[in-house]
Amino acid sequence: MSGELDWVALSGRRAKGKRPAFFDEPALDRLYSTVFALAAEVSALRERQDTIERLLDAKGTLRREDIEAYAPDRRAGEERGLATRAYIARIMRGFQQEVEAMEAHDPPIMDIVEKLTRE
Amino acid sequence: MANDLPPPYTAMSRHPMMPRVSHDEAARFNFLTHFNRYLSGTVGAGNRLAYEKRVLPAFRAEHGRDPEHRYEIRDAMNEDSWHRMWSALKRNSMEMRQHNGRQVVLRQLDELDAMARQFNEHSGMLALDPAIEQPDYQTCVDIHCQPGGYHGGEREGDVTVGANYDVGLFATTGGALGGLNDGGGQAVVGWIKAERPDWKPRRILDIGCTIGHNAVPIAQAFPDAEVIAIDTAAASLRYGAARAAALGVTNIRFVQASGEDLSRWTDGHFDWVQTTMFLHELSAKAMPRILAEANRVLAPGGLILHIEQPQYSDEMPLFEQFMRDWDAFNNNEPFWSAMHGQDLKEVMAKAGFPQDSQFVAGVRAVVDPAIFPPSPDAGEEDYGRAAIWNAYGAWKPLAKAQAA
Repeated sequence: MSGELDWVALSGRRAKGKRPAFFDEPALDRLYSTVFALAAEVSALRERQDTIERLLDAKGTLRREDIEAYAPDRRAGEERGLATRAYIARIMRGFQQEVEAMEAHDPPIMDIVEKLTRE
Repeated sequence: MANDLPPPYTAMSRHPMMPRVSHDEAARFNFLTHFNRYLSGTVGAGNRLAYEKRVLPAFRAEHGRDPEHRYEIRDAMNEDSWHRMWSALKRNSMEMRQHNGRQVVLRQLDELDAMARQFNEHSGMLALDPAIEQPDYQTCVDIHCQPGGYHGGEREGDVTVGANYDVGLFATTGGALGGLNDGGGQAVVGWIKAERPDWKPRRILDIGCTIGHNAVPIAQAFPDAEVIAIDTAAASLRYGAARAAALGVTNIRFVQASGEDLSRWTDGHFDWVQTTMFLHELSAKAMPRILAEANRVLAPGGLILHIEQPQYSDEMPLFEQFMRDWDAFNNNEPFWSAMHGQDLKEVMAKAGFPQDSQFVAGVRAVVDPAIFPPSPDAGEEDYGRAAIWNAYGAWKPLAKAQAA
């Protein structure tokens, strides 16, 4: 650990250069930064749990340093990569389905309700 | 299906200068690696749909014509809810990559600084010059949203920015640059070995080398050559020189110098002048000065080669130009848009490289296929992140130099 530096505080330093505002409501910009940092943390937790399970499977016991030193082999790496991809697909479902919706161009549901009422 | 999964962070090649990552730090990079691929792939497609289905029809209705410039598309797309969301995600992904990388580096900075000092004292491959000023185009914003840019530091003589750059590039590029993040340099080597298999350059200059991840593969491929890698940023060079020494490379020197003033080298000193993803980090005045200096120090018959993204041209659809411009406005790459809008061949010609000595070649990142499966971007564009580049080059004419 670096003795002189408050590495936690310093690591969050902002980059020089005005940050673009992506939304009219600044709170929404802040919310995105929190939600996706949390999403990353959940992903890291899931990976840690997978590591623990794999170590227990292999050895039946666990040491903290084994977790830190764990590096998946190619097969485990692919299994974990696939799990991460599936996890991202779950948290990003709303975005992905909006892309599909843009392609589909469905009419508003009230149009269909009214149409079926008439038919 | 699994073969287009990015490899885990732990599959990266290790070298002694590389900061050590804890289990969870590697896992955070794994998330970002996947997330970046997802953003450019699955949901990135929404940008074009939003444009074609909503933004373009609205623009036509309002103006009675199609957009005539990528900036018109940008203004219109910045009002679109989808593009705003996608941009917010992409920007946050970059900020998270910087934050994660800086946590890794700063918590072990004492050890990293000490190791870099040791490597650099023993290797003699680092030559810093405190008289070199940081040009405005490197300091006006922190490039790539990296706090401290390429040049800043947390304390005197540290390696924070270089180490952070190295530790997180894997996630930024979705693992597309290979285990040592050196796919760009490997691509250059692959290209030249195929183009001129018998060529043996003796002296090679790499301008804007940062941490030398693209210059080192060139030094390794030409062990009899002397490679000089220059940058204005001491903070990057300190790490880069130590990294090269840690990799066992001995024929490269990291020299703090500006490409705008190469006066310490005589006319025709180098056989090869290389820049890799560097020209877009300059300013409109600096770029021609650097190219003119490069021309002066290049020997007749020598090679100048710039690896860049493709230039914008009339043939490139405006929407693609707009998407490629994203980093200029959202990832602190302020010269990106203007640089890619220039006729680089014309700029090169003004710097002394006749049009008929110039060429444009396509190069792809070369990475170890045993660890890194083929990039999913094959054939598809990622608007600035895919490991596919254009090489803008020239072989300096012999006859003209003799007549001069």
